Amino acid sequence: MNPVDKRRREFLGSAAGFAGAMIAPGVFLYDYANAGVSDGASRPRSPAEPASASVRWGMLIDTTKCASGCRECVDACNRENGLPGTTRSTDSQWIRKVDLKDLRTGKALSVPVMCQHCAEPPCVDVCPTGASFKRADGIVLVDRHTCIGCRYCMMACPYKARSFVHEPTTGQKPDVPRGKGCVESCTLCVHKVDRGGTPSCVEACSAAGHGAIVFGDLNDPQSEIAKRIREVATAQLRADLRTDNGVRYQGIPG
Amino acid sequence: MSALASSSSARRAFWMLLAAGSLVLAVALGAAHYMEEHGHAVTGMNNQVVWGLPHVFAIFLIVAASGALNVASVGSVFGETAYKPLAPLSVLTTVALLAGGLMVLVLDLGRPERLVVAATHYNFRSIFAWNMILYNGLFAICALYLWSLLERRMGALTGTVGLAAFAWRIILTTGTGSIFGFLVSRQAYASGVIAPLFIALSLAWGLAAFYLAQCGLARLAGQEAWDEALHARVRRLLGIFVIAALYFVVVHHMTNLYWAKQAAFERFILVSGTPYPALLWGGYVVLGTAVPLLLLFHPRLSGPRATAAASVLVSLGALAFLYVFIIGGQAWPLEIFPGYEASSSFHDGRVDGYSPSLPEFLLGLGGLAASFLIGLAGARALPILAPPKVAMPAAAPAK
Amino acid sequence: MKAGFVRGALVAALLLAGSAAGPAALAAGPTLDPARSGPCVEDPKVMRRSHMDFLKHDRDDTVRRGIRGVKHSLSACVDCHASKADGRVLGSDRHFCQGCHAFAAVKLDCFDCHASTARTAPAATAAASVPGAAR
Repeated sequence: MNPVDKRRREFLGSAAGFAGAMIAPGVFLYDYANAGVSDGASRPRSPAEPASASVRWGMLIDTTKCASGCRECVDACNRENGLPGTTRSTDSQWIRKVDLKDLRTGKALSVPVMCQHCAEPPCVDVCPTGASFKRADGIVLVDRHTCIGCRYCMMACPYKARSFVHEPTTGQKPDVPRGKGCVESCTLCVHKVDRGGTPSCVEACSAAGHGAIVFGDLNDPQSEIAKRIREVATAQLRADLRTDNGVRYQGIPG
Repeated sequence: MSALASSSSARRAFWMLLAAGSLVLAVALGAAHYMEEHGHAVTGMNNQVVWGLPHVFAIFLIVAASGALNVASVGSVFGETAYKPLAPLSVLTTVALLAGGLMVLVLDLGRPERLVVAATHYNFRSIFAWNMILYNGLFAICALYLWSLLERRMGALTGTVGLAAFAWRIILTTGTGSIFGFLVSRQAYASGVIAPLFIALSLAWGLAAFYLAQCGLARLAGQEAWDEALHARVRRLLGIFVIAALYFVVVHHMTNLYWAKQAAFERFILVSGTPYPALLWGGYVVLGTAVPLLLLFHPRLSGPRATAAASVLVSLGALAFLYVFIIGGQAWPLEIFPGYEASSSFHDGRVDGYSPSLPEFLLGLGGLAASFLIGLAGARALPILAPPKVAMPAAAPAK
Repeated sequence: MKAGFVRGALVAALLLAGSAAGPAALAAGPTLDPARSGPCVEDPKVMRRSHMDFLKHDRDDTVRRGIRGVKHSLSACVDCHASKADGRVLGSDRHFCQGCHAFAAVKLDCFDCHASTARTAPAATAAASVPGAAR
């Protein structure tokens, strides 16, 4: 091998190494950014990882299966989140059963209503301090550390999903802090979801044999919720507002 | 020497009023502390009516604040020199009303001790956050404006600062109106007309408040409150503003009446929803608009006393209007399921009752007291009023 | 006259006692129930000074980004430092959080909202409070 060839070979070798070193992190980051999308199925997230925008949590509520007078989901929510469960006008209700009667046909329905976890949440837009926020995975929450209790989000919410804590609180759950003077609402049981769990209302509904609520990743085409939404007609509450809700309803006209 | 300290009786009256105002303020602060300790459960507010009586007072004061600045603007921006002597009091009234209103707003927060959070965390998509900047900016502009009016060497700035103040106050009231106008989900609000409506209301309420401030302070100082020619102009201006405000209120309701989906809500506000129609028609339309117009324009009635009475009525009408607008607007349930009759444990589909509690009312009064105190102390500390025993300059001469 | 003397002596004695006990009490710090188990997630000296900064940093990770089991989590503090008697960090000046905050005269408002009771039975605390360390 003559010296020129040797030097050329060395040059090519180091150039390739340099190029590799430059490109590799990019490829790695690309993989990272597309994790969960590239394989078409959501990879379960470890609780130590941050919530990812590749996931969008949602619920599908089948109103044909929701039993009138049943309050399993409401009671489960209260138990899980340490809410007193009383229903004075100043008490918090994260989820409530609304009884409906079709004004033309008289047909009766019963549906649970909670925070709809909008993609375009009005509560987040109006919050002066940014305490009302949407997580990367679509869950809308109140950061109680920065909530000043102005209640503007309650004025803005189209679903009456939010409650104001009107009194000093006791009996908080370790995972669900709550206190006087802040606004609160359904968290989609975020403390359970982050650890791979399911919201308590969904579990309670299944346990009661109704199975009216499906929880899952709307972005994952293989998930049960995504399949159902592809197959049956579903509606979003106040669809005219285009808030793009994470909670969908089956059995009421959209 | 301030005109308010020109005689021993004036001095005594000043201190008596200061003491009376402080007492009301102290009671209000006590009420706020009580609500803070016990939570909003001790107010009439609940999860349906989330903004109550304190907001009625606060928004009245804030809207009137920006309107009170117009007297100064008429002088500095529109070159009506007859108004120039009134400009310092106009600016002071603005500062006083704004501070009183913001005090009520802050003390009604769920976590008032976290005000610093509101100052350090801004969500720039929120009109509420923008308003905080606008309110603080108005204080700054007013300080500069007052300086330019009272300090001869700063006089050259008056025109520029006056123009800035005028523009700022229009934007500010647009912002205040938009707090409601941007609420897409509520039938009572969600309208672009609310911003100009609030500007029109501010012109009327602000001028009424200013008129009362001028009368009260002049009387305290033993001065003639109004030069006759100037009074005639202010009186006419107030009448025009009251009509302009009524015009926008009518437009707002007419628009709603044209939309089938708003019919039930309008029926509630205008006809059936006790006590709101009574407050709107009796309080705002008759007492707050028709009677003042009669007092202002009837040739046999018009005079400084009649104008003062009209100003009081316009202010009371304002509170009635805001009660209907804010509380009536929230009492009407959200229509989440159109075409269905809804009912639940959370007041779905049901008109909600709201009865204000005493502490809320006291807090609202405290806002008025705070404004009163700032105006009174400001007029004593600053050369706001004409020097003692000299009548107001004549209206006519232009430089 | 006599009464006056007695009163004076009492005051003097109290003052003496106070001056003797004061520095000693300050040096000793508050008397607190011991932690339930194991070493803290940081050196106690560092924790004493900076626990609030750690908590503030990690709370944003949990609330805003959904990261669970952070190293400095308030519920982990409570699990470990709760009194063996009643499982709480508040209640008296012997309880860990309340005792130290009372001693330092610093307002403590975490527990206006957060639970002040340990999640786990005393024996199992050690395992429950550590997993967040890996992050």
